[in-house]
Amino acid sequence: MKPAGAKGAAGVKGAVIRTPNGMSLRFSPRAVAVAVLCLAVALGVGVLLIGSGDFPMGPADVVRTLLGNGTPADSLIVNEIRLPRAAAGLAVGAALGLAGAIFQSLTRNPLGSPDVLGFSQGAATGVLGVIVLTGGGSAAVAAGAAAGGLLTGAVVYAVAGRHGAHGQRLILVGIGVAAILTGVNGYLLTQAKITDAARAVLWLTGSLNGRDWADAAPVLAALAVLGPLVVVGCGRALRMLEMGDDAAHGLGVPIERARLIMLAAAVLLTSFAAAAAGPVSFVALTAPQLARRLTRAPGPNLLPSMCMGAALLVAADWAAQRAFTGHQLPVGVVTGLLGGGYLVWLLVTQRKTGRI
Amino acid sequence: MKDANARLSGTGLTLAYDKRTIAEDLDVAVPDGSFTVIVGPNACGKSTLLRALARILKPASGTVVLDGEPIAGWPAKKLARTLGLLPQSSIAPEGITVADLVSRGRYPHQGLLRQWSREDERVVTESMEATGVAALADRPVDELSGGQRQRVWIAMALAQQTPLLLLDEPTTYLDIAHQIEVLDLCARLHEEGRTVVAVLHDLNHAARYATHMIAMRDGAIVAEGGPDTVVTAELVEEVFRLPCRVIECPETGTPLVVPAARAARVAAGT
Repeated sequence: MKPAGAKGAAGVKGAVIRTPNGMSLRFSPRAVAVAVLCLAVALGVGVLLIGSGDFPMGPADVVRTLLGNGTPADSLIVNEIRLPRAAAGLAVGAALGLAGAIFQSLTRNPLGSPDVLGFSQGAATGVLGVIVLTGGGSAAVAAGAAAGGLLTGAVVYAVAGRHGAHGQRLILVGIGVAAILTGVNGYLLTQAKITDAARAVLWLTGSLNGRDWADAAPVLAALAVLGPLVVVGCGRALRMLEMGDDAAHGLGVPIERARLIMLAAAVLLTSFAAAAAGPVSFVALTAPQLARRLTRAPGPNLLPSMCMGAALLVAADWAAQRAFTGHQLPVGVVTGLLGGGYLVWLLVTQRKTGRI
Repeated sequence: MKDANARLSGTGLTLAYDKRTIAEDLDVAVPDGSFTVIVGPNACGKSTLLRALARILKPASGTVVLDGEPIAGWPAKKLARTLGLLPQSSIAPEGITVADLVSRGRYPHQGLLRQWSREDERVVTESMEATGVAALADRPVDELSGGQRQRVWIAMALAQQTPLLLLDEPTTYLDIAHQIEVLDLCARLHEEGRTVVAVLHDLNHAARYATHMIAMRDGAIVAEGGPDTVVTAELVEEVFRLPCRVIECPETGTPLVVPAARAARVAAGT
């Protein structure tokens, strides 16, 4: 293997690894560095998160226990109680970051996130339906979220039209669908028994409290399957699509099929994330934007966005636990506050540069 | 069909957006090795025809055939290695450099395990040199002038290394010097052996650069052939509803359209 210089002969950015048998990989060292950094932060905060609670543990103890060398008591607390929550947080954040990057890239708009496009609300409708109508457990909730999300995706796609399934149109249709579903969700809540309603409202805020492995499993599985598929398989086509449908078509991207696959993948990631933690707001909106500012690279920045999402979510969860001693906030409250502030900042700065 | 051996041709094409029919029952053949220019008034269907030839628009009926095979059945990447396209509106991703944008033209030659070969690198350099943008390689595309930007997009299409190149109004929004610059570039690409098809607004430019012209009106092909046979006073009046004189261009000897004076047109009642 022979890594070429930071710049190819043609002035093309990025590093290239070539093998003698003609294989070649091209990547941006800066984007890789950002992804690794975010992942390190995410895992670091994850360790802190596992160490905090009514029974505090130092990071060293946490790591030792995670590696299987802890006391039985530590092992119970870490592996059975706190690790599922931290793992769910990391996976939810990563799934939302990745889904957000796909949506923003497909819509060519920084507002193209599942919260705005109505997919989070659709997943919520599915979950509320399950909680209110059947009182089902984690698996049923995950199935409900996926069904709700996919159904919403199908409706938005059908209304926006095959040729209009991007940009402004998708966002406007999504906002309309989101408004309708918010009404439906409110109606479902009024129909719920008081205990179910309390569970539903807590879920709606977005919370990781008391998550066990059964809650974390669906989003972990979705991420394990769809993550590599999307990052490796679709990243390059997505980059071509950013230049417009006609240009991407001219370069040999089967646009209808590619867009449908990526929309479906992003909707599923959003839905399973919502099933595990509720519709945590703004992570999908902010993670890709922050990642992009750090990598300074055009394109969807899928991997950095995914790692950034994981870091943002566990950091928000850690802040939610620490903000008021003895009183845990749902993580969705923190991401909502931070994300809303970020959105305002985005609108102000983008207005200055004349883009929105 | 006038040229049964053309690599790119369409028969019985009915072109429509949703339910709005633009053109019906078109037969068209792009002569191999030609610089074909499609002309016609606004909304005559010339860009629509180009989009159908490039498979962006699926004809409501009829078939476009490329190298003897219906174009609908071509795999996307294989098509993109045979037929290059410069669309009317493409979006340069924010902050992208010239070299990076041109390098995207290599997409149809790449795969998951072949993302950036030495061949890719060589072709991108060559394409930038051929279009005169090599010196701009590291510059962000957003900072370039309209003419430079258009040359960068052409370089991207060139990097696809296709024997056929389709350009949809490549000179729109450019000033006269940049229009000529882009057309000179197209002429050179044609001389190097490519078949070039372009939609142009300016009849005089078309007459000067084309080896073959297709004149359209209301979704129908009114005339086809060399500039000398297509750009005549009678045909221009029929196609554009503009009385004019056609004289010989003092520079190139190609037909030059001079619209009739306003007074003459008013007198003729048009």
